[in-house]
Amino acid sequence: MLFVAIVAQFAVGGLTLLGLRRRPANAALIGLVVLASAAAMIVAEGVGVESTPRSRVDWLPALGFNLTLELDGFAVLMSIVVLVLGFGVLLYSLAYFEHDATYARFVGLFMAFAGSMTGVVLAADLFTMFVFWELTSICSFLLIGLNDTSESARKSAVRALLTTGAGGLCLLGGVGILQTELGTTTFAELVKLQPSGALIDAAIVLVLLGAFTKSAQFPFHFWLPGAMAAPTPVSAYLHSATMVKAGIVLLARTSPAFGQSDVWRWWVIVAGITTMVIGGWRALRQTDAKLLLAHSTVSQLGLLTVLVGMGTSTALYAGVAHLLAHAVFKVALFLGVGVIDHELGTRDVTKLAAARIRLPFVTSALVASTLSMAGVIPLFGFVTKEKALVALLDAELGLAGSVALVGVVLGSVLSVAYSVRFLHALLGEVAPDGTRGDDQQNGEHHSSTLIARTLLGAPVIVAATASIVFGFAATQIGKWLVAPSTSLDVLAKSKLVLWPGVNDALIISVVVVAVGAVVGWRVPLAVSASPNSLGERMFDAIYDSILSASKKITQVSQPGSLPIYVVVTTLVVAVAALVGLLRDGMPSFDAFVTDSPLTVSVALLTAVLTVGVAVVSVRFTAAVFLGGVGYGIAVLFLMRGAPDLALTQVLVETLTIVIFLLAMRSMPRNFIPASKWPPKAVRVLVSVAVGVLLPLVALAVYSARRAPSVSDEYFTRSVDEAGGANVVNVILVDFRGFDTMGEITVLAVAALGVVNLVRVAERNRRERAS
Amino acid sequence: MNFRPSAILDELVDRWLSKVAVLVAVYVTFRGHNAPGGGFAGGLVVGGVFVLQFLTGREPHIRHRPIRRPTLLLGFGLLVALVTTVIPLVVDASPLESHIWKLNVPFIGEVKVVSSMFFDLGVFFVVVAVVLMVLLSLGARGESLVGDDGVGAS
Repeated sequence: MLFVAIVAQFAVGGLTLLGLRRRPANAALIGLVVLASAAAMIVAEGVGVESTPRSRVDWLPALGFNLTLELDGFAVLMSIVVLVLGFGVLLYSLAYFEHDATYARFVGLFMAFAGSMTGVVLAADLFTMFVFWELTSICSFLLIGLNDTSESARKSAVRALLTTGAGGLCLLGGVGILQTELGTTTFAELVKLQPSGALIDAAIVLVLLGAFTKSAQFPFHFWLPGAMAAPTPVSAYLHSATMVKAGIVLLARTSPAFGQSDVWRWWVIVAGITTMVIGGWRALRQTDAKLLLAHSTVSQLGLLTVLVGMGTSTALYAGVAHLLAHAVFKVALFLGVGVIDHELGTRDVTKLAAARIRLPFVTSALVASTLSMAGVIPLFGFVTKEKALVALLDAELGLAGSVALVGVVLGSVLSVAYSVRFLHALLGEVAPDGTRGDDQQNGEHHSSTLIARTLLGAPVIVAATASIVFGFAATQIGKWLVAPSTSLDVLAKSKLVLWPGVNDALIISVVVVAVGAVVGWRVPLAVSASPNSLGERMFDAIYDSILSASKKITQVSQPGSLPIYVVVTTLVVAVAALVGLLRDGMPSFDAFVTDSPLTVSVALLTAVLTVGVAVVSVRFTAAVFLGGVGYGIAVLFLMRGAPDLALTQVLVETLTIVIFLLAMRSMPRNFIPASKWPPKAVRVLVSVAVGVLLPLVALAVYSARRAPSVSDEYFTRSVDEAGGANVVNVILVDFRGFDTMGEITVLAVAALGVVNLVRVAERNRRERAS
Repeated sequence: MNFRPSAILDELVDRWLSKVAVLVAVYVTFRGHNAPGGGFAGGLVVGGVFVLQFLTGREPHIRHRPIRRPTLLLGFGLLVALVTTVIPLVVDASPLESHIWKLNVPFIGEVKVVSSMFFDLGVFFVVVAVVLMVLLSLGARGESLVGDDGVGAS
């Protein structure tokens, strides 16, 4: 059943991309139904049941790699988040894209993405998670680059793909180590085993690299703001609510297993804190509302990484709670800014204020969500941030704990500061420079129908309402969250309250809000950001240097000179033969049979013709000599009892000579010295060496047979099993028929290659002529 | 070399040699299972016919019909070979496993047909097509006999 929920989403995606391109809205409606029923199914199967539902599809049972899904408490919570937010965003997209040509692609990829993400959160082992993890990377690449005519969108997509893809490879390495060391990658087993050791530490680092790249943790934080090149629904869903959460999900799943290791703890805390502070600082300096939110997402992800990865039970519980809070307020913020962008045509923080007149409901929803982001009572964000501070204060982790606490407090100040800046933008004075008038005109130009505005506004308002309601119902929500977090770690049992009473955490909160508000309100930090951040520039530098290095290597290893290729290839063969012969001694010449003087004379004639090919200077003569060599060999085949080979050889030679001659019509009559290198002496030396060594190797191979020849078996089986008396033909069409299949395919490709090369040459000639 | 149609050669090659050679090719192909021959050799014999026709200054043709789309023949041959490879999978045998039918043909007697014969036929068609394609593209001088999608331009 769990697989059905995932496959259905992919199926809608595929259907949209293949069949419903012309009617993307219909496809979106089907997608909505599928998302809703998947969510309903998850609730029906996973809530309030005794045993956790599980399903499995064998993939590589011999290696222990199977697709396993499990619907435990955390999976229920996360899949509901994924599916419900997906529903909201898809609904929103109906109005957002309107008649955009890319909408069909969006719907298809969106559904595929939702399916992959459902797979990530339902995965019961690291291998299954890895498979869906890579799928989310690919879908996200395609979605960021949805607007494929924009160069910056394509660049951002490539950055995101390569960064998360590199992380995915690291994760795969971690999966491999864990599977070979422990024999399992199942999360539950890992938690039970509590593995440790040097190799496990390596696996931990690899898993962390996977999580950090996906969740845009320092130093991989650069790709996420770049991904904002995507349309709003993509940014809202992928880069705030779901995809970047994949890394957090991975940390949450593995932290109970690895959380006690020092490597894990320090990496998580340092990366998380750095990300939180850098993200907050950069968010504070943005003038584009969407980029402000993107950097704030980076910052919040840093906080989540610290909480979920720290390895204490209360922090894990707080992390799960904040995960929910962040998903709810961030989706509202992104979609809300998208509405303003859609209706007013601006995302500049100095011009947002106009929105509150035209879009009062959406603006209020944005205000509520921003307050939740800042952690202001009575919103849900306050409740979870309180819990986080309590967890950090209670954690007895020594230096690591103190670093985490100080970092989170600093990060929170910045969070409040950028939230206040955003609020200021929303509630401040409408810019006096006549922008309002422009916006009004633009607004009329953009103005959408009531239905469209409802579709756009509803998800924003619902999500913001959820932030408020969850805040007041904190106790109840806290109870619900116990199941998800205990499914990760049995000890992660705690509760949420709206008003915790005056304690250390509350005092810290008050100070944080006060300082943050002053900073955000008063300190003029906003600068128009440089087009590329340091991270992006470093990425580009590495990317470019890899490309140019590979180009240089190719230039050295593939010089494009035929003489050099031939010399290198034959020399390698000759050296290998020589080494073999020196090691094993010269072969015996017993196998060198001379049964008739005719054989000897034909062989001699062939040898003379071969020398002739090498020495004549006229192409035509060389081709005729070459044909003579072929016929000579055919005669030898015939004499040694291989009529099939001889027949084919004669036919091939005949055709080859004709084709040679045809091709030669457009070549100079004589050979011209094509290149100075290698000099003649080298050519002669190499040819002689190969000519002497290869026959010796052939002899050695012939006399080195130890196992009985396979042809005896073929002889006995040929008539009975394959119904043919000619064993050569039976080998070709039956015993080794696969080889023949491959050979004729190669033949076909070669023929197509010849046709196209000639065609290109002709086109060039014609162009030169005209 | 000058490729001008020559009446005597034309007559000889067209009327007699090519027909006999095609018969030989078919014979070589089908006897292959029990005696020297087979699809590859048979295909090359037909290729030889085309070379002869070409050298008498005409496009390769069979029964006065020029073959305009050798790529189609190529695909057809590959398809035949592939289908013979795959069909045993349908009846739960390993790929390319031979099946032997013994048919009673009136006046001739028992004829043994082996399924791998069809594979050999696929090879035959591929080889014929390859020879044709190479001949048509390399043999053309100045303007190609093979047009933009393998269609003869003449």
